[in-house]
Amino acid sequence: MSLGTDVLALAYLVSAALFILGLKGLTHPSSARRGNSFAISGMVIAVVATLLDGGIHSYGFIIAGIIIGGTIGTVIAMRIEMTAMPQLVALLHSFVGLAAVLVAIGTWLNRDAAGLLNPTLAAELAVGTFIGAVTFTGSLVAFGKLQGLVSGAPLSFSGQHLLNLLLGIAMVGCAIWFWSDYSATPLLLMTAIALLLGILLIIPIGGADMPVVVSMLNSYSGWAAAATGFTLQNNLLIITGALVGFSGAILSFIMCRAMNRSFFSVILGGFGAEESGDESISAAAAERGVKAAAVEDAAFFIENASKIIVIPGYGMAVAQAQHALKELMGVLEDKGITVVFAIHPVAGRMPGHMNVLLAESDIPYENVKEMEEVNPEFSTADVALVVGANDITNPAAKSDSSSPIYGMPILEVSKAAHVFVIKRSLKPGYSGIDNLLYYQDNCSLIFGDAKEMCEALFTELKGGH
Amino acid sequence: MSETLVALYIFALACFIGYQVIWGVTPSLHTPLIALTNAISGIIIVGAILVTGSENTSATTQWIGFIAVTLASINIFGGYFVTHRMLSMFRKKK
Repeated sequence: MSLGTDVLALAYLVSAALFILGLKGLTHPSSARRGNSFAISGMVIAVVATLLDGGIHSYGFIIAGIIIGGTIGTVIAMRIEMTAMPQLVALLHSFVGLAAVLVAIGTWLNRDAAGLLNPTLAAELAVGTFIGAVTFTGSLVAFGKLQGLVSGAPLSFSGQHLLNLLLGIAMVGCAIWFWSDYSATPLLLMTAIALLLGILLIIPIGGADMPVVVSMLNSYSGWAAAATGFTLQNNLLIITGALVGFSGAILSFIMCRAMNRSFFSVILGGFGAEESGDESISAAAAERGVKAAAVEDAAFFIENASKIIVIPGYGMAVAQAQHALKELMGVLEDKGITVVFAIHPVAGRMPGHMNVLLAESDIPYENVKEMEEVNPEFSTADVALVVGANDITNPAAKSDSSSPIYGMPILEVSKAAHVFVIKRSLKPGYSGIDNLLYYQDNCSLIFGDAKEMCEALFTELKGGH
Repeated sequence: MSETLVALYIFALACFIGYQVIWGVTPSLHTPLIALTNAISGIIIVGAILVTGSENTSATTQWIGFIAVTLASINIFGGYFVTHRMLSMFRKKK
């Protein structure tokens, strides 16, 4: 069976339109699920149309691949914990990268056998292989860092940037060589260098810059698909690749802006030291003029509040405290207290990470507000409760021009009447700097695990009166 | 106009659409956005199918294509499914 070229092209056009509508659905949570359905239909149409196209002569390998891959993908998606989303997307990005490399090599083998190679195609193949290979190993390193398989600390050595530059030049050399004779040696050499470059580009980037890295690799995976589209002269791949590429690029931009850092400084890496070891918590706190509070003290203030704002951070995800927060929210709302959750764009390890975790624990999205929306509300809040967040609440970003995070937009937690911070110790956040918030008169620290402390607050508030 | 140039036209225009659409996505759905773009970048399966199934493909190329189809399928199924799981969690107040 065979569809005509025009029918196939029309099917691809419908697919592309459905992908765009799918992404557009994410404008609001109420239209998002319909958006996902649009995107799924787009994919089904594209795959079916391609399979029915006259260019396909054998189906065994294809069907087997779809069944095996589909099963693996479904099982992973069903089992994955929401806190592990950053790792999952990093892993999935690496698959797109590797698939792009394989498609480029496969295309080269097919065209070479048919004697159909030309300079334009060779150049496109070189670009496709390069982007795909960098995406593949770069995403694997990001996965390893997020999963804790390799240290999240930035790994730099002297001459690192020089080495990257030399490898880059060698890459270009191989690409020109391949462009001139279409032979296997430069293509494979180029792929090997690109694989190495992917590793070298991501290892110097610290664990806490991961929201940018995840977005950036998302973007690369899109460009890899677009490059494949150029080699195969397939417009659907080009359009989809451009959409995904821009999506990741815009997210990277938003994340960088939220940290007041340039994209370039993130890429160069080295920001954020490994977290320091344990210290005597309360002694250190007293020495440094920080007030420690008991759960009962916090419960007293919270109980008498009319509005409280909760600021979740990565610590909430690590402690899995989102369900305890939902319980806490329930008991507070029963007492007529307004509860709002304030989300900083870079809270967590990927864009929107906190929103998903709060949604998972069944907290309605109306109660969850973004930074710009919630900042004016802090002055009207009786209590701000910081759960596992640090740098994003540090007033030094506004007041201390010598601070490394100066100029970074923050949640203006210090404007609330009372601030309670649940924290395991006085360790600084990823930026390695002290949080001035903790020394303010209206701020007290509750030392302990985020989940246990939220549960203790819940018990205290439920039990009393 | 050469075919490559037509492709470049399409690419440039698609970039503008991407720019417009993505800025409209609400920040609270940025994680589902990454998962969904992950799923749709599985569209590379089209390329993998063309490599695997074209006429006179050698056995080596078929194996290469098979791995690419498998990887892309993991992305498609995994990406859509996990997006669906996340989106069903976003609820309004009862």
